[in-house]
Amino acid sequence: MSALFIEAVGLATPGLPSWQEASATLRGEKPFVQMPLAPHTPALLPLNERRRATPAIKLAFRAAEDAMQGTALAAASLATVFASSDADLAIVHRICLALTATPRLVSPTDFHNSVHNAAAGYWSIAAGARNASTSISAHDGSFAAGLLEACSQVLVDGCDTLLVAFDMPAPEPLHAKRWMAHPAAVALVMTRQPTPGSIAALSCATTSEVEDKLDHSAFEQLRFGNPAARALPLLQALALRRFGRVVLPMGLGANLAVELSAP
Amino acid sequence: MNPLPVSSYTLSSAVGAGRAAHVLALRAGTTGLRQLAFDTNNLDCWLGEVREFDVPLTGALAEWDCRNNRLAEFALNQDHFLDAVAACRARHGTTRVGVFIGTSTSGVQHTELAYREREAATGALPGWFDQKRTQNIFSVAAFVALRLGLGGPALAISTACSSSAKVFAAARRAIAAGVCDAAVVGGVDSLCLTTLYGFNSLQLISADICRPADAARLGISIGEAGGFALLDPSAESALALLGYGETSDAFHMSSPEPAGRGAIESMGAALARADVAPHEIDYINLHGTGTVANDNAESRAVCEVFGTATPCSSTKGWMGHTLGAAGMAEAAVSLMTIEQGFMPRSLNTRAKDPAIEAGVLLETRIAPVRRVLSNSFGFGGSNCSLLFGRLS
Repeated sequence: MSALFIEAVGLATPGLPSWQEASATLRGEKPFVQMPLAPHTPALLPLNERRRATPAIKLAFRAAEDAMQGTALAAASLATVFASSDADLAIVHRICLALTATPRLVSPTDFHNSVHNAAAGYWSIAAGARNASTSISAHDGSFAAGLLEACSQVLVDGCDTLLVAFDMPAPEPLHAKRWMAHPAAVALVMTRQPTPGSIAALSCATTSEVEDKLDHSAFEQLRFGNPAARALPLLQALALRRFGRVVLPMGLGANLAVELSAP
Repeated sequence: MNPLPVSSYTLSSAVGAGRAAHVLALRAGTTGLRQLAFDTNNLDCWLGEVREFDVPLTGALAEWDCRNNRLAEFALNQDHFLDAVAACRARHGTTRVGVFIGTSTSGVQHTELAYREREAATGALPGWFDQKRTQNIFSVAAFVALRLGLGGPALAISTACSSSAKVFAAARRAIAAGVCDAAVVGGVDSLCLTTLYGFNSLQLISADICRPADAARLGISIGEAGGFALLDPSAESALALLGYGETSDAFHMSSPEPAGRGAIESMGAALARADVAPHEIDYINLHGTGTVANDNAESRAVCEVFGTATPCSSTKGWMGHTLGAAGMAEAAVSLMTIEQGFMPRSLNTRAKDPAIEAGVLLETRIAPVRRVLSNSFGFGGSNCSLLFGRLS
């Protein structure tokens, strides 16, 4: 695969509430203090959609808006890839509960928010983004699978692309069956051509190598506690401008080897 | 783009198992929709249920057992698809064949069943419920990759009712980017109460049989389907993916943009990528859900791009709206029309809605078909158009 360029990064997970704050922490310049994410109101969403947006959608927006702070590119001009293992298990819970009651009253808002591409749909409305948009899942490998699809989108279809990975812990009783320790969302803006703002050049390929882990135990707990946070080894390398190879988990069999170099 | 050969494909739906059953029913005008009992459904509606597939998975993959993966297993076993994949795997190597599967609800029906068996005191779900291998969106893609012995990139695409159209685009990109040499694409979505009562909450379920483009249409009939295609640039095949277009409405979560702007752009992008002019399209397989809003907006979009003369029809009167599997199901139908030289009529359409000016076929036409455009649109304003053709 030929190289493309990372233009901007967004991040939201407890203790790493934005890319700007997280990059200092990931470089070791600031101590890591785990604290819950403060509530976030998506700035871009029209009122009607803001009222209907779920916590999972707001989480995805938080990282996406954070990444858009780091680029002069217009959100409307970007293709998007949204990657999530489970998108919104709180809705699955509410609908499955409603289906056990008499009469079976499923909330219409819950149903239209239940699609895996709900966050992508809200984003396209908020940003006026009318380009291609793909929503994917590869369980714990969702970030890497999304990165692979986003790279293909940039390289083959020639669209600058916003990748957003997000996952939100489920309520009980689903949480006992699908554990996540905390919410996390990561976003990358990727371009075909280098720009003055490019952070790194990136290429990737599937590999049988094992995934990288993080030395710092608190970061490793973050990484392991949410599928979107599986991106942290890549984000730490970007924060440190540490060019080289990062291996990310991608679901079954194959993992993803990401090569970072100077832009 | 260079044409991407489709070396094998298969479809199982309410119409039947495999390609031959579909060609037969499509030419004869026999619907697969029935008024039947499904689970504990008490809505008055018609359903497109696949027959005789719902048997538990056994052996090494038994822990993936759920209705959706049973349907995937059943569909994989038709039309010698397993043999075609085995040959492809041998040619390229297991890690060089990707798996891209579209689904909207994966195995959520398994979760519905588990919720009925919550422990009274704690609300805990039963021990048998395995979320990762059933309900998770990736479950069906993982199951297919394991079942086919493929170790390359595997992912599920879930963009509601355009899911399994978009797998063709994603697979083509992955092949062109060098991520894999060939790909299994597919769509699998199975009946569940989530979608039945969900669409009912939006008042989109018809008590009458689905009648796309009909003046008195009342909405959708929900169906289920499993289908797969093998995309291999090195294969000798007369059939190929010639182009694709993907756009977003950026308008509303569950209603199409009334002028069909996103649909116009997705059809335009598919034509441009294939370097094909509108008049070179012989037949359009419409998304054609049978709702007032969809069929009107899609007709406007089709007329804008093609005028009113290009023959088109929805095949949802045969198998219902198979949601996340619809893109694959209608891609398969499109390939059948090219192979067999016919254009299916809009089944169950009695009198065409005067608001629909597109060239909707009220009679099946027997004629050579060289190029077909197939539309799939979904919640979230997700649009995908695929262009298939015969290679000369």
